[in-house]
Amino acid sequence: MKSDLFVFLFAMWGLIIVGGGIVVTLLGPITISGFGEFDWFIASVIKAVIALVLVVIWILILSKLKNWIFKKEIKL
Amino acid sequence: MIDLLIPAIISCIVAFVVVFVMTPPLIKILEKRNFAVKDMNKKEDVMVVRPGGPAIIAGIIASEIVLYAFLQMNEILAILITTTAAFLIGYVDDRKVMGGWFKPVALAIAAIPIIALGAYDSDLAFPLFGTVQIPALYLALIIFMIPITGNTINSIDVLNGVASGFMVIASFSLSICLFIIQNYEIAIVSLPLGFVSLAFYKYHKIPSKIFPGDSGALTLGAMYGAIAIVGGVEIIAAVALLPAVINSFLFLSSVKRVVEHRQIKGKPVEHTEDFRLKATDDKKAPVTLVRLILAGGPMSEKQVAFAIFKLAIFSGILAVFTAFMMGVSL
Repeated sequence: MKSDLFVFLFAMWGLIIVGGGIVVTLLGPITISGFGEFDWFIASVIKAVIALVLVVIWILILSKLKNWIFKKEIKL
Repeated sequence: MIDLLIPAIISCIVAFVVVFVMTPPLIKILEKRNFAVKDMNKKEDVMVVRPGGPAIIAGIIASEIVLYAFLQMNEILAILITTTAAFLIGYVDDRKVMGGWFKPVALAIAAIPIIALGAYDSDLAFPLFGTVQIPALYLALIIFMIPITGNTINSIDVLNGVASGFMVIASFSLSICLFIIQNYEIAIVSLPLGFVSLAFYKYHKIPSKIFPGDSGALTLGAMYGAIAIVGGVEIIAAVALLPAVINSFLFLSSVKRVVEHRQIKGKPVEHTEDFRLKATDDKKAPVTLVRLILAGGPMSEKQVAFAIFKLAIFSGILAVFTAFMMGVSL
């Protein structure tokens, strides 16, 4: 077995660690005030949208990484 | 910690013995009823019985009931109900061919007991950077987690012994991580999963005497996901599961839709004259982990299985690193 799979696994791990850092840094401080009892709901919606965008970006990066690492194998 | 030792030992013995003892009679019953499928990777016409799910769920229920008798934690009940529901969903799929969306939707419903019993902490913990509070978003995460882990283990169940062997490595890695972050109670609750998988591996390894079927694979995957949620180790669990996640990711990114394996037209893998496995050059076939492993040249089924286990051990080590990093803050 080629080492490419281990490289991809390690890269995926790195992306999880970095992605986690971005999530904590971006989502952690978000608090909303001025909407009364809806504050938590609006904050949650904003967090959900940002989280979804981050997940999409994460998948796109992973896709590029996959194509780059397994260039030859994917064409087979 | 010491007071948890006795329940831990008893539950692990019960988990292992129940599956180890129950599987041979289950094989005989399934043979009598002719619940067998052809092992596609054998030269001769070898028929293997399925599903092994009933033996697996029996081991899990027995061991978790023992733990509940000692610890009386809601978390155990949540794991037990969710895992049993996943087994039933898998069993329905074993008996009747269901659509591609059946399992993900039904498994999402199976996650509800975790929420109903309040067996979760909505703070999501990341290594190095600390935690983030996402109360509403976390509920969605619970709903998604069980279908993802269930189907991920199901999708890696492609060769003799791979699903159970992979679960032995991933679940013991997760248990070690839970001990490292000092979540001792959930660590002990997680141990039976490893022992159940180990006992089943005895009969599932090459040459398989029984296949786990959807009921077995979904049971193992759903229990793994439930432990990750109630133990607050979602990220660590994802890391330990990375080879299976990669398999699902490669599959989905090549077929670009949620689809059952039987609906796929192209074959990712074929056989050489001496019946070793080799990657096909079929453009319609999905890219899978096995296909990538075989890109270097033909290998025997056993060699491919061990290549997957090597990847699982590597990601298990990364998971342990991640657990240590949980205690470090930047």
